[in-house]
Amino acid sequence: MAIIRDIMPAFELFQPATTDDAVVMLSKYGKDAWVMGGGLDTFDWLKDRIKRPAVVVDLSQVKELSGIRPWNGGLEIGAMTTLTEVVRHPEVRQKFSILSTGAEAAASPQIRNQGTLGGNISQDARCWYYRGGWKCYRAGGNTCYADTPTAINREHAILQADRCVAVNPSDSAPALIALDAQMVIRNSKGERVVNAEDYFVGPDLDITHMTVLRPGDLLTAIRIPATWAGTQFYFEKVRDRQVWDFPLVNVASSAVISGGTIQRMRIAVNGVAARPLRLKEVEAAVAGKPRNAETANMAAELAIRGAEPLRYNGYKIPLMRNLVKRAIRGVEEAKWA
Amino acid sequence: MPAKAPDNNPLPTHPNYKLIGKNYTTPDLYAKVTGRAKYAEDYRADGMLFAKLLLSPVPHGHIRHIDASEALKMPGVKAVLTVDDMPKPADAMTDLGQRIPANPLGERGLTNDPVYQGEPILAVVAVDELTAAEAIEKINLDIERLPHVVDPLVSLRPGGANARVEGNVWTRPPAPAGQPAPPPQLRTLKFSDADFKDYDQGKLPIPSNLDEWIKNNDPQAGAWHYGDIDAGFKQAALVLDETFVTPNTSHQTLETRSAMAYWQNGKLYIHCSTQSTSQTAPAVARWLGMVDEHGQPDLSKVVVVSEYTGGGFGSKITSAISAIIPAIAAKKTGMPVMMRISREEEHFIGRARPSTHGRVKVGFTKDGRITAVDMFVILDNGPYDPQGDTNNAGRMLSLMYQPPAMRWRGLTVITNTPPRLSQSQPGGFQGIAQMEPILAKASRKLGIDQVAIHRINAPEGKAPIGPAGPNGKRPYITSSFIKVALDRGMEQFEWEKRKARPKKSGTKVRGIGVATSCFVGGSIGFDGLAVLKPDGKLYIQSGIGNLGTASMSDCHRVTAELLSIPWEKCEITWGSTGKNLPWSCPSGGSQTTHAHTRAAYAVGMDAIDKLKQIAAKDMGGKPEDYEVSGERVHRKGGGGGLTLAQAAKRAIELGGIYDGHEVPKGVNKMTQISAQALAGQGLMAVARDSMPRDGNTHSFVAGFAEVEVDLETGVYRIVDYLGVADVGTIVHPRALGGQILGRSMLGIGHAIGQKWVYDQHYGLPLAKRFHHNKPPTILDAPVNMQWAALDIPDPETPIGARGIGEPPVGAGCMAIINALTDALGDEVIRRAPVTADIILASLEAGKPAGEPLTAHV
Repeated sequence: MAIIRDIMPAFELFQPATTDDAVVMLSKYGKDAWVMGGGLDTFDWLKDRIKRPAVVVDLSQVKELSGIRPWNGGLEIGAMTTLTEVVRHPEVRQKFSILSTGAEAAASPQIRNQGTLGGNISQDARCWYYRGGWKCYRAGGNTCYADTPTAINREHAILQADRCVAVNPSDSAPALIALDAQMVIRNSKGERVVNAEDYFVGPDLDITHMTVLRPGDLLTAIRIPATWAGTQFYFEKVRDRQVWDFPLVNVASSAVISGGTIQRMRIAVNGVAARPLRLKEVEAAVAGKPRNAETANMAAELAIRGAEPLRYNGYKIPLMRNLVKRAIRGVEEAKWA
Repeated sequence: MPAKAPDNNPLPTHPNYKLIGKNYTTPDLYAKVTGRAKYAEDYRADGMLFAKLLLSPVPHGHIRHIDASEALKMPGVKAVLTVDDMPKPADAMTDLGQRIPANPLGERGLTNDPVYQGEPILAVVAVDELTAAEAIEKINLDIERLPHVVDPLVSLRPGGANARVEGNVWTRPPAPAGQPAPPPQLRTLKFSDADFKDYDQGKLPIPSNLDEWIKNNDPQAGAWHYGDIDAGFKQAALVLDETFVTPNTSHQTLETRSAMAYWQNGKLYIHCSTQSTSQTAPAVARWLGMVDEHGQPDLSKVVVVSEYTGGGFGSKITSAISAIIPAIAAKKTGMPVMMRISREEEHFIGRARPSTHGRVKVGFTKDGRITAVDMFVILDNGPYDPQGDTNNAGRMLSLMYQPPAMRWRGLTVITNTPPRLSQSQPGGFQGIAQMEPILAKASRKLGIDQVAIHRINAPEGKAPIGPAGPNGKRPYITSSFIKVALDRGMEQFEWEKRKARPKKSGTKVRGIGVATSCFVGGSIGFDGLAVLKPDGKLYIQSGIGNLGTASMSDCHRVTAELLSIPWEKCEITWGSTGKNLPWSCPSGGSQTTHAHTRAAYAVGMDAIDKLKQIAAKDMGGKPEDYEVSGERVHRKGGGGGLTLAQAAKRAIELGGIYDGHEVPKGVNKMTQISAQALAGQGLMAVARDSMPRDGNTHSFVAGFAEVEVDLETGVYRIVDYLGVADVGTIVHPRALGGQILGRSMLGIGHAIGQKWVYDQHYGLPLAKRFHHNKPPTILDAPVNMQWAALDIPDPETPIGARGIGEPPVGAGCMAIINALTDALGDEVIRRAPVTADIILASLEAGKPAGEPLTAHV
């Protein structure tokens, strides 16, 4: 069969108006159904005719899946809320600015107008071999093309690789982990809630999925507890272009600092492994330590322990180290004469 | 700001014009802004079918068999086109009737012998695109795989594969006396293992037998020299020998090369995307084998429609060979056929700039003056026709930095990657890119200011370029005022103030850079055509392509200026060769502004001549007793005369040369036919630019940049950029500024991230979409971006205007690179683009990181 790309094949389209209806459809069609949020990830796959679902369930008409509401002193954000709405929401900006910063770092203004928070955290890997239709482990094959002697893997994993060396590309995911967010998932059997860091899975657990979502599952909301509201945040994304680019590495942290001492901290990085990594060892190591260069250096070295470079991505090790360092001690801004 | 230039005094000036040098609303603006502009893809025709392409899955192979039987059985599938439906590469004819033989290894649009992954094998024609796509998935190809190579240096290694069975390096056999050159030939060249000994250190291998190989295989086009380079190096106080690699960059026009075609009474109507209108008709005719009894393209059988073009940058100079696929499909099916090119298809067939691996040895006196240059360039040409970038790289280097002695040697190596074509400043960019880092390094080694070392080596006036011609003399240019541009830029950019500022603060380090750049800036000898009608309005026919530069209308303002007609009384007809257009230049290589301000000048002078003759006939006296001003032709110093409207009416009554019933012989055949079609409607002004020119026209830009690098991440931002253009008289400031900054951004893209990526083992591209190839976005543009132009007229052309499209590219790219080395030193950068990973890894390692010479990483 000859291959043709960049033209969308036919499929059956459903546009449910309620979450209940969406869940019924996803349950009915199971593996044959594709859940579509803003369509940014979806249309890439469909236009390249690599993923060929029989049924697409478009969530754009489900009003209850979008919007930001108060929840237990924190916020509940509907999965279909656009990144732009997240970026602009006054309470997000005031209490959880790390999320608005992270969401604003994603893609481009046009994509953020269309792309959703649920989609941004649930998007598939961007490994160019996998997205190019190469039959790799992640695509159900038995090879990783990004980890061969000639592979171009500048954007691939330095940590927790297991056959597959793809990375998670989300900018909002590490911010949500740093905020200790929870993901609300519904299916025909009911609702379950998982912690942000447990929402993502690496290739050791499941090499063909990026998250715990399985056929029939629907991510309905993201809950942000009050725990880290208004704490000291740090977010930084390093990328090739200043717009419309995935992270090479990003970092997000929340910290409670008093009297120059780090009381408690949550920190996550993305772009270094198949899932965003919460750096629990770093969190434990810095708790109770003074917020200074020494603590930052110690934590940064701890963060990259076990990192293994591929042929073209060795730079990610010092990059991750320096970003963790900056998350802890901040950046010394330039003062030009 | 008045330009000061002790070396160039006195500087030429031009008169104060009413239209030239003023901003105005271009005639295509409202349609573009409101979305009414129709591009090729926007056209529809009754019963229109759609074509989709099947692209080669392999980088090199032979299609033994195509089984399309299942596809053809599908309802709605109308035809399958293969290479058997395509004409063979056609010979061209010179104006003197000499046959220029076609390259038998040239592109035909479809192929059974794919030489790159993504090359179109066949096209399916169906009632809609979805049906065509589904039909393609039912086709089976039996492919014999052949060895492939995507890296020119891999092909040159002992045992390295050839991208085509005929060889791996293009050579150009010498032309017999007085005859056009025979087609280029592929030969095989392999270096020895010993030649590669410094490869890992980033030194480009120069094979020990290079001179002998060139002498035996490519004596005419493989090398040239002038001056005594040995003596030059002997007298040098500093000799640098540096390798630099430039990227392959897709043209990535926003409008892909879609085309729609239909036939009526044996005549082809083709809606396509092209940089040039008039010139595309013969190109399409030749591709389709439609020639007259003299072997010339039969223009009576082709109508090209292209009113708006969404970018070209050299990739659509006369549209694209893919445009003939819908034309042939339309003939085969008897129905109009649209072929929309997808973004992925555009990556493959949309053309790209060829990368260069260059090694340049340069001698400097202690004062920074270059004593000799020895340049060796390897071009990654892609699989098809040889590009001229290697030679252009040497020529532009020789002009921009005026070495008194220079040797140039080049190899045009083929690879199994998409076809290359001229991209803004083709070869010139690469030559500037090879040389600029050396000049910046020399400035540091010799303790000379960057601007000063550029200035001391800069051309001035009628400066020489390249090697000697057949007459034994080196050719020269019409003029250069680049030293004035450097002075102006230095002042406007506050160079000294920036230089005095501390380099490092916090985690940031800043650097400033300057680069000079040049390219061909205009051609001569094209036609203009306009009719002054009895309504007092001037109806201008434009064969210039509307590729977004505004030259399609800008140039014609010269005619209006000469005739003193308000611009509001000028109507331009453009965008279809069915609308009686004159023969115009190809809009490529920055030719148009120069060529067509001249042609418009010739048309204006022709109109004035005819107006004076009519006035003298009607009102007595001699034509030279009259002049044209205030929309009248009247006796000099006032007195009796005719309005232009009255004169136009008289022209119709007089007939003959006055209203176009007699057309001058000197103009091109296309212009003659168009003039004849418009005869009798008013005073016809029609002329060919036959004005003299002493020298070859070139344009210049000096770029100034400041960058700020974050030492902890390797990320940098461009703080400021200034481009100062030496492009002659300013014709249209807003369009000029757009070109200076826009083309600077094109160059900046080469500096900061744009590239191709290949897996060499499989020979397959990984970066095929915008977000992989990373052309710069508006947020990557310098925070503060300025332009300036000298407005000094070129003395060898009537209005004094030269082209601007090319030279900003090299200036933009290399000002950034030089600013980066100013910030980071000489141990970081060995190739472009320069990305955060390379900076950070190099800073960590304390030496240049990354693979210096591997292609497509």
